[in-house]
Amino acid sequence: MPRAGGEARPGSRRHRRRRGSRSAFYPTWFAGGAFGLYFLLVLLPGILGIGLAFTNWTAYTTSLHWVGLANFRALFAPNSFFIMAMKNTLIFTVATVILKTGIALALAILLTDGIKRLAPLYRAIIFIPNLLPLVAVGIVFRSLLDPSTGLLNSTLRKLALGGAAQNWLGDIHLALWSVIGVDTWKGVGYIMVILIAGLLAIPREFYEAASCDGASRWQSYRYITLPMMMPVFAVTTVINLVYALRVFDIVFVLTGGGPGYATATVYTTIFTQVGLGQFGIATAFSSLFLIVMLVLSFVVIRVMARPSVQT
Amino acid sequence: MKAVRAIPTTINYLIASGAAIIALAPIYIVVVNSLKTAPAAVGMGVSLPLHPQWGNFAAVNSQANLLQAFLNSALYAFAATALAVLLSALAAYALARRRIRRHIVIYFLLIAGIAIPTNYVTLTKVMQYTHLIDTQIGIILVYASQMIPFNVFLIYAFVDSVPRELDEAAFVDGASPLLTFGWIILPLLRPVLFTCAVLDVLNVWGDFINPLYFLSNSSNWPMTLSVFNFFGTGSSAGLSNWALVSADVLLTILPVILIYIVAQRWILSGLTSGSVKG
Repeated sequence: MPRAGGEARPGSRRHRRRRGSRSAFYPTWFAGGAFGLYFLLVLLPGILGIGLAFTNWTAYTTSLHWVGLANFRALFAPNSFFIMAMKNTLIFTVATVILKTGIALALAILLTDGIKRLAPLYRAIIFIPNLLPLVAVGIVFRSLLDPSTGLLNSTLRKLALGGAAQNWLGDIHLALWSVIGVDTWKGVGYIMVILIAGLLAIPREFYEAASCDGASRWQSYRYITLPMMMPVFAVTTVINLVYALRVFDIVFVLTGGGPGYATATVYTTIFTQVGLGQFGIATAFSSLFLIVMLVLSFVVIRVMARPSVQT
Repeated sequence: MKAVRAIPTTINYLIASGAAIIALAPIYIVVVNSLKTAPAAVGMGVSLPLHPQWGNFAAVNSQANLLQAFLNSALYAFAATALAVLLSALAAYALARRRIRRHIVIYFLLIAGIAIPTNYVTLTKVMQYTHLIDTQIGIILVYASQMIPFNVFLIYAFVDSVPRELDEAAFVDGASPLLTFGWIILPLLRPVLFTCAVLDVLNVWGDFINPLYFLSNSSNWPMTLSVFNFFGTGSSAGLSNWALVSADVLLTILPVILIYIVAQRWILSGLTSGSVKG
């Protein structure tokens, strides 16, 4: 009893007053500018898009008609290039997630465990490709991967490995993998930087205790590093996914989606359809994609919206 | 013992150096070829230029209208960043300080935008309707709207580290909410605002898809679109001048690398914050 009274007494009036006028201290309209802009240019187009996905909207229609699920049926028609685009996007996503995470982890362990001196310098250098505009990266690799004059093939020929020279971006079976390779080159540094931060956050005592108990190096990776890194892997995977599913620039510049539809992705296909004036189908595809990403965004929120954030 | 241990360490340094070389090689190739003559740059080789062609930069400036594109990129990057950071800070502050249901809903709607893809088909329509399409102010607003979610996410978390007693003391002294935000809170948010600003500038500078959809008038083009079209016109004619393309690419990536050298700490901390509990 005395404790309860003692807690309420000092400044109980002040406390009430503070609470009563808190709405005036932190007014909701403070969020108005950010939310208004975001609503007008991100949410509203998304919502409109879902509605217009059920219409016959093209560049040439003068009046809009409800066409039900016709656009969605066209998306899923057997062997439609929308299905090819979804398949390519999925292959690109799975491959880049695995490649970037694997290579980044190897580099992160190398730069935290294998090397002590100069490690920050190596980290800073390996991160650089991530900063470069994708368009610039795409143009440079268009030259490096050129089948006749490109540096990659001419180097292979010089090493008497001419047989390994390929039409990297023009071969229907190879083009997607070349794009995946270039994108991995660009993106691996970012994932590495996050993994290094995660590795450095594992308390050293864990490893010391394990080595006192006679654990081998492999065992400490397996039973300390891996479980402690799981939340970090979750974050890097989400980052990789959100980027890879939307991939556009690098594909557009390297191959334009070709040869044929061999490297067409969701975003390049939407761009092509808009160019053709097929707005209804394009917005149906975009909306379908939005639903997929919304489901994923719940994962983003769950993983990223945690209370503690290091800056 | 020491000699035995030195061997794996040497191998580690060799692997790390190999990775660093692979990371830097394309940039090196761009630099050396930007100074070659057109015939010498055909294969985009690794050899140093025999007679550095400094005139390439002047040539690409006149042929690709580079200065205009550079100024456009700079304008979009700084205006959109200033707008996004300021609006995000204002929003994140109110939303984080007063976590009533309405504010939590707004916060989650906003950060859902980190994952929500832009519907470019209908956004084009919205921009036509609001007369924002193919205007500089339009592209600036689009960039700001796309960067607000991540900015709010970063700033929101940081607001908690600013003691609440500071704003309450200001209120007791009779300061208005806006005045309190501007004079007390904003200066204390400086580290996170700077991180957001650097990431936003890099983001806008490298963006390609928005101008591709929304800017048809070439006098509004930023560097990315300009360099792509300069490269494209040459390659479709079958006579890409790789020396000039390299010079153009170099001028596109140079500002980014300069920003990185100056602001490396903020870039790396901004990109890892939220990923790793500290």
